[in-house]
Amino acid sequence: MSDDLAISVRGITKRFGARTVVDSFDMDVPRGAIYGFLGPNGSGKTTTIRIMCGLLTADAGDGTCLGFDIRTEPQRIKENVGYMTQRFSLYEDLTIRENLDFVGRMYRMKGRRAAVNKALADLGLADRAGQLAGTLSGGWKQRLALAACMLHNPALLLLDEPTAGVDPKARRDFWDEIRRLSAAGVTVLVSTHYMDEAVQCDYIAYIAYGKKLISGPSQDIPAMIGLHTWRVQGPEIGALEAELRSTPGVGQVARFGAVLHVSGTDAAALEAVARAGMARGLHRWQKKEAELEEAFIYLMAGASDNFAEAAE
Amino acid sequence: MSFSLSRFFAVLAKEFVQMRRDRVTFALMIGVPIMQLLIFGFAINTDPRHMPTLVEMADSGPAARAVVAGMQASGYFDIIGTVTSAAEGDRALREGSASFVLVIPPGFERDVQRGLSPELLLSVDASDPSAAAAAVGAMPGIAATAVAETLSGPVAAKATTPDPFGVTVHRQYNAEGKTSTNIVPGLLAIILAMTMVMITAVAIVREAEKGTMEALIATPVRPTEVMLGKIIPYVLVGYVQTLVFLLAAKVLFDVPFIGSRFAFFLGFNLYIVVNLALGFLISTLSRSQMQAMQISFFTLLPSILLSGFMFPFAGMPGWAQAIGTAIPATHFLRLTRKVMLKGATIPDIAPDMAAIAAIMAVIVVAAMLRYRQTLD
Repeated sequence: MSDDLAISVRGITKRFGARTVVDSFDMDVPRGAIYGFLGPNGSGKTTTIRIMCGLLTADAGDGTCLGFDIRTEPQRIKENVGYMTQRFSLYEDLTIRENLDFVGRMYRMKGRRAAVNKALADLGLADRAGQLAGTLSGGWKQRLALAACMLHNPALLLLDEPTAGVDPKARRDFWDEIRRLSAAGVTVLVSTHYMDEAVQCDYIAYIAYGKKLISGPSQDIPAMIGLHTWRVQGPEIGALEAELRSTPGVGQVARFGAVLHVSGTDAAALEAVARAGMARGLHRWQKKEAELEEAFIYLMAGASDNFAEAAE
Repeated sequence: MSFSLSRFFAVLAKEFVQMRRDRVTFALMIGVPIMQLLIFGFAINTDPRHMPTLVEMADSGPAARAVVAGMQASGYFDIIGTVTSAAEGDRALREGSASFVLVIPPGFERDVQRGLSPELLLSVDASDPSAAAAAVGAMPGIAATAVAETLSGPVAAKATTPDPFGVTVHRQYNAEGKTSTNIVPGLLAIILAMTMVMITAVAIVREAEKGTMEALIATPVRPTEVMLGKIIPYVLVGYVQTLVFLLAAKVLFDVPFIGSRFAFFLGFNLYIVVNLALGFLISTLSRSQMQAMQISFFTLLPSILLSGFMFPFAGMPGWAQAIGTAIPATHFLRLTRKVMLKGATIPDIAPDMAAIAAIMAVIVVAAMLRYRQTLD
């Protein structure tokens, strides 16, 4: 494996009973990258993350995480990884300081007291250190959980839907922090449902039913799907939206205010639809480059058949 | 706002659906009443019969044999053998292998015939006064009838005035027949079972239910560190409870502690460990703290009812005794009573220790099997 990769896994497979939750999963996460991990609920994101940080053992496949073998060196991986679980996973009946202190002791940190004080100061919670963690608001809990899993200065941060149920302002703050960490050289693997968060990632992998459908640098994803998009503007856009949805050649219609983004993988068919629309003269049709938003809507819509075939 | 029947039925139906989905609660709702019914209805007998009895026969004449036969026939006593010395009888009482020792003095037959009114000595393990009471009460009648039947002719005429012989009852270990003397040492077994099992189960399940377990095991911490770190505090709680308990037993209830403290200490630690293991097993069976509490409660019922804590063990039918034997509290309760009230030392409690260890082996194996299944 290359030293440039924080995570490199091949053929990861995990079964729970008869159910295959993760199916021959490959992934390369470059060091220092923000890597977005997308997919619907139950698609195996959490299981994959748990395998990569040594919490679960894969039934098949191998790979490395920070250069350590995921099958034989989970202990080394755990020492160097910060894992933030989906649910708030600190002790609600311990104070903020006690929580951080406990985490520091789990990693047998030297200079723990100083690290805890610094984390408290960075969080801006120094004067509330004695408050019970359970009394914090959702956004603060997320920030505290992040601080807790960054306490031992891990080289890799695994975040499992870190901003679920957090308000937009807190989410933005949270992502500012993620980018700051990334700039400082920390690799971040983050699973999310939110499109606006996925857009912030350098790389993206999309997983459904345990299988990876697509992965690559974010800006390449629309091209990889081969998605073409037209921007449509004009009166009575709602009626047009309904009409376009059932028009052959149109893969998806996404509405942004008074604007429609009409996309499809068949450029010629889509162009024909656009020409017909322009001929009616009611709306303004413009060809645009497909962006991540369209790509995600496309992926989340379950993808069309040709894409599913192409991925296989 | 008018009362809507359809809304009311919707809530009602939803509640039933949820009730049915929560299998543990549902099983306990049905299981607990049935268990209580069976135990109270069939197992509990406050007039216990067939109490194990030893006989020291210094005289084996017809009168003595008639007394023994009469005891057996009464149903209260089961003659399980003979002893040849007082020490042997005392030992059986202390160990708990016999509840009664009947001593027939030398020359009993002759003294009866001479009208000297000799005394039969019935040594009773009175540590459980209610278990012994009925049998003790029946004894004089049994003996008198038996002797009267064997004596005849001029001897009979001479002997029946005023009484052919007497029966001296010697209550050992709890001479005053105080219920508290018996209940209080037994209570320790129940208190420890209640708190140790429940606290352990809940403490482990809470970590999983709240989601903190996942974060915890994502750190480099080792499973043994987690388990020991989580369990030892509750062992200390058990120590504190026991200390407070022993002090209260002494000060408030004047219950003696005459046996070996070291023997008690050994047994007590073993008992705490078996309860923690049971709590651990329960934690692997429950998905929520609520379920852990319910299952713990379910295991507590037989500990209270079938262990010999509230009702005499000897009075229960065979199947109930078999269940009782599988409960750790049964053995620790005997152990505690023996040590506190009967002055037992390590050899006396060895059988109880062995029984607890055997139960523990089964629980630990079950817990490990169960734990391995849920690990991944």
